[in-house]
Amino acid sequence: MKIALLGNPNTGKSSVFNMLTGLKQHVGNFPGVTVDKKFGDLHVGNASHLLVDFPGTYSIYPRSKDEQVVYDVLSNPTHLDFPDAVIIVVDASNLERNLFLFSQIYDLGIPSILVLNMTDLAKQRGKSIDLEGLQAKFPKATIVETTARIGLGKQRLLQAIERLFIEIEGNAQNIVTSNLCAIEDDTCREAEATRRFAEIKELLATVEKTEPKQEVGTTSRVDRILVHPVYGYFLFALVLLVIFQFIYSFAALPMDFIDGAFSNLSSWFNGILPPGLFSDLVSQGIIPGIGGVVIFVPQIALLFFFIALLEESGYLARVVFIMDRLMRPLGLNGKSVVPLISSVACAIPGVMAARTISDWKERMITILVSPLMSCSARIPVYTVLIALVIPNERIFGFIHLQGLVLFGLYSLGLVAALLISLLLKTLIRSSDKGFLLLELPSYKAPRWGNVGLTVWEKVKVFVLSAGKIILAISIILWALATFGPSDKMTKASNLAREKALSENLDKESMDRLIAAAKLENSYIGRMGKTIEPMLLPLGYDWKIGISLITSFAAREVFVGSLATIYAVQEEADGNRSLIERMRAETKADGTPLYSLASGVSLMIFYVFAMQCMATMAVVKRETKSWKWPLIQLGFMGILAYLGAFTTYFILS
Amino acid sequence: MLLSSVISGQRVTVSAILHSSLKPKLMEMGLVVGKEIEVLFKAPFGDPIAIDVQGYVLALRLDEARLIEVQKLATDHK
Repeated sequence: MKIALLGNPNTGKSSVFNMLTGLKQHVGNFPGVTVDKKFGDLHVGNASHLLVDFPGTYSIYPRSKDEQVVYDVLSNPTHLDFPDAVIIVVDASNLERNLFLFSQIYDLGIPSILVLNMTDLAKQRGKSIDLEGLQAKFPKATIVETTARIGLGKQRLLQAIERLFIEIEGNAQNIVTSNLCAIEDDTCREAEATRRFAEIKELLATVEKTEPKQEVGTTSRVDRILVHPVYGYFLFALVLLVIFQFIYSFAALPMDFIDGAFSNLSSWFNGILPPGLFSDLVSQGIIPGIGGVVIFVPQIALLFFFIALLEESGYLARVVFIMDRLMRPLGLNGKSVVPLISSVACAIPGVMAARTISDWKERMITILVSPLMSCSARIPVYTVLIALVIPNERIFGFIHLQGLVLFGLYSLGLVAALLISLLLKTLIRSSDKGFLLLELPSYKAPRWGNVGLTVWEKVKVFVLSAGKIILAISIILWALATFGPSDKMTKASNLAREKALSENLDKESMDRLIAAAKLENSYIGRMGKTIEPMLLPLGYDWKIGISLITSFAAREVFVGSLATIYAVQEEADGNRSLIERMRAETKADGTPLYSLASGVSLMIFYVFAMQCMATMAVVKRETKSWKWPLIQLGFMGILAYLGAFTTYFILS
Repeated sequence: MLLSSVISGQRVTVSAILHSSLKPKLMEMGLVVGKEIEVLFKAPFGDPIAIDVQGYVLALRLDEARLIEVQKLATDHK
């Protein structure tokens, strides 16, 4: 049978889900909405059930698009996901608010199990619950006590599910009554809230006893520091600093390893497959394509590890609390902080993290500006260009000029993100007014199992959804770079071979020369030449044009493409020979191609341009339409072109 | 008076929720007439504010707090 898992946020619902399903869980989609549907198999006795985790909500009526799925499913018995039974997780230490949702669902008549979770916390708070009294009020529900955080009560819950299943099997048909209000019917909903809370208050007066032991609010005392106007922001900055230190120092090693492993794999396939197109497709298209996806996994995993940790502990809600007022004038939400910060590592998890923002407009703006934050894929591009055109000097004797430029590029990204938000705020129309109704949960030790599962899930979603598109476009770009008008390509590669032979070059240099000649005459090479007139005002030539096109797949491809075009070996550290080769490159009039003006212009281009199809794929997935990623591509492209143009104009 | 003008540490009871599209949402979070609440602390710049809704802490913007009419409790709680 289908069992729906429902409950308020912060009630340990996900702990209950993890306790019941363990690692046997999957992520899918509810039909027609962006909400992830987590489901898992549950074997009880001889029967196998499907447990579906619904988004945590305070009411059956939605506050955001994500929450709507609860109403859509439960109000429609013919819905594909309509459950045969429901498990409603309730925070025993906060019965009043939790019973509101429970009573709404109970009244629908779906066979239900009430899980009284966090019973330990309730005891700590001096609360005792008269289970018989509660049962008398909800006679048809099965009540089970658990402390899912430490796995307590699993057997009881499984037994309850088994009993309920047998009961449902025996009953011919359960009568499901829908006495729900329409979502827009405010009067009806207000009357329902008044009625239900009055009933709950009356019930709790007899069922719940609170010992008058005065609770010393540790949470509250900690909060006075964490939301303090000075210490609060200082601590948050410190937390960020530590997280990014960890991400950059811990992710570097596995990323190098992945990089190396995939290039070894490429040459291995190149060696065992008979030379030809298929071998090229595998070793130059597919494997680097997959490598381009996997390379981001360490950063994404680490970032989500830390975010899950902050969220589990309850700190993240406080960050939202202190940042909300600062973000609001920009059309953003306190909750936009997480996506923006994440985007410094990679915009993909950033865009995914925007899902928690309940207001549609604030969420859209957050998604649209996140890729402007300088992500780690821009680093290789920045490093090469800075080394090329920025002198290795110190100003005032202690400020490292190259470092200052790098800092400037990061700041420019942040400033652009904030200013564009401001602009989008006036452009995007929305009938809803943004609001913030956020529970500040009490501080808890993180549950490592939950943290681990969150990381696993995010990585899986990234690899599967973004990966497919990255792979597809990598293959297309490979084809465009491999094929071209055939006579021209053969002629060019023959010329290159003759040149290499006459100059007595070794095999490797000859191969590189031929590769460069082929790329120049491929379709991509022709595209580079076609767009050259557009690039001249920015100070670029067609060779840079080719790299701009290929790096549309992912920014870091820029460096590799230049290496191919200039027929030099790409090096892991520093790319010294590439930089020297680039420095020697001249324009028709003999002046260096990579001057201060064109170099900085390129950097500015990469600050703004949406050179990342993986992000576009994720934005499409999150917004359920190509409209938004295309808008994003458009405005970031215009910004990049104008920015680069202005820079080149001023500096030259 | 409105919840937005209540100082930290003050206990009040909800006397009315003003009409708005947020009204049902606020009520479903437990902010119903007669509910006893306490303003716990405020974010820097005084907005948003955190209130104790007997059992949990809710953060809301001043814009939302302006929709909630409250009355001081006779006996102030420190």
